[in-house]
This record gives sequence, C-alpha cells and structure tokens, in this order.
Amino acid sequence: MEMLAFWVPAALLVASGLGVVLSTNLFHSVLWLALALTCTAGVFLSLQAEFLAAVQLLLYAGGIVTIVVFAIVVTQRLVGDRLSHTNRNLAGGAILAAAFVGIIVDAVARSPLGHARPAMPAGDLTRTIGESLLTRYVLAFELLAVLMLAAMLGAVYFARPDD
Amino acid sequence: MGVQPYLLLAAVVFGIGLFGVITRRNTIGILLGIELMLNAVNINLVAFSRFAGSETGMVFTVFAICITVSEAAMGLAIVILLFRIRRTVMADHLDLLRG
Repeated sequence: MEMLAFWVPAALLVASGLGVVLSTNLFHSVLWLALALTCTAGVFLSLQAEFLAAVQLLLYAGGIVTIVVFAIVVTQRLVGDRLSHTNRNLAGGAILAAAFVGIIVDAVARSPLGHARPAMPAGDLTRTIGESLLTRYVLAFELLAVLMLAAMLGAVYFARPDD
Repeated sequence: MGVQPYLLLAAVVFGIGLFGVITRRNTIGILLGIELMLNAVNINLVAFSRFAGSETGMVFTVFAICITVSEAAMGLAIVILLFRIRRTVMADHLDLLRG
C-alpha cells in the first residue's frame, strides 16, 4: 500500500511533467503543471509530510498556477499563433537532461543509503516544524519575510500602469 | 522502500524541467520548466528529511517554496513589463541587451 501511495503519484508526475514541456498550447502546459504540482503533494503525503502537502497545494498548485494563468491571459494571443514552440536546441536539451539524470542515477546506485524509515521527532510534525522555524531557524525566517516583502514591492512596481 | 525511488523521481522531474528550460521559446514556458525543477528539488529535500528522521529538511522546503513563489511573481512581473514594451514574449526576440 505504501508503494502504491508512491508509484501512482510518481508516474502521474512524470507524465504531467512531460506534458508541461512537450505541449504546444501554453495554456495546456499550465494545466499539466497544476496536475504535476498536485502529484507532488501526493508524493509528500507518501513521505508522511502532511503539512508540506497542504502548503504545496495552497501555494504551488493554487498560487503559482493562478499567477501564471494571469500572466498568460495578459500577454498571449491564445489562438492563431503559428510559431514553433521549441527552438533549435531540441537534441542538445534532450542529451543534457538525459546526462543529468544519468549522473544522478549513478550517484544514487553507488551510495549506501538505507531502506528503513527512522522515526520522526515525537509529537505533531507540524508543531515541530513550527517550533524549529521560530527557534532554531528564526534568522532565516525573518530574512525570508524581508525577501517576500521586497519581491512583493518589486512585482507591484514592475506591473504598475503606465502613467 | 528506501530513499532511492524518491531521489530517482526527483532526478527525472529535474531533467524534464531542464529539457523544458533549454528548448522552450516562450518565456512563460521557460518559467514553467523552472517551476518543475524547483519542485523536484523540494521532493529531494523532503525525502532526505524523512529518511534522516529530522524536520530540518522540511523547514528548508518551506523556505524553498516561499522563495519560489516570490521568484515566480517577480519573473512574471518582468515578463508582463517586457510584453508591454516589446509586444512579444518569445525569448528569441528579447534581445535588447545583445551587443
């Protein structure tokens, strides 16, 4: 059952990833990306990281897909484009991606990683993440807040109307 | 089941995103490939966190997701601004910095 909980989202994630990069309609690519991000939430659930699955669904599948759809609606003529969607680096890109996957597969095959899942810290995992976020990693947390504020201001400034 | 299937899945998804970034002409298509790559990294982080018995990787993943959201918002704001100026989002035509 644990294997099914991993392999079904994993296979669907790979298939929708291929749909993202191979689809000729940009809007279809975004929908494939939404499916891929939801399958990633499924993978997180199989890793017993429920909080991260919820964050993934809210921020990624909910937030990023929404803003990408808005950007497409603002910038695209959705019908009538006859340009090719891929440039001339198709073979080079495929070779590079395959080489990268090959390197990782080789490294994973050589490494003596275990097969057992150790016990996670006792108690509620969400509470543990929250506590360590505010005690051990509080500096990074505050810097992240500054970064997100800067990104928000920058995005609002960039997309302001022309006047 | 071990951590290896998760690492292989993350590597495959990263490779697919890398292929998308290299071959797509549309700038928004390139950004979609970048999202796939960052997603694969998050899978890796959570898998290692689970199999190390610690929540550190999951905290790291929360940070990575927040930073990804900020980067996507900024990137799309730049794309929209470029579209206003040049009326195109094809990466071939965005050559203002070319010497």
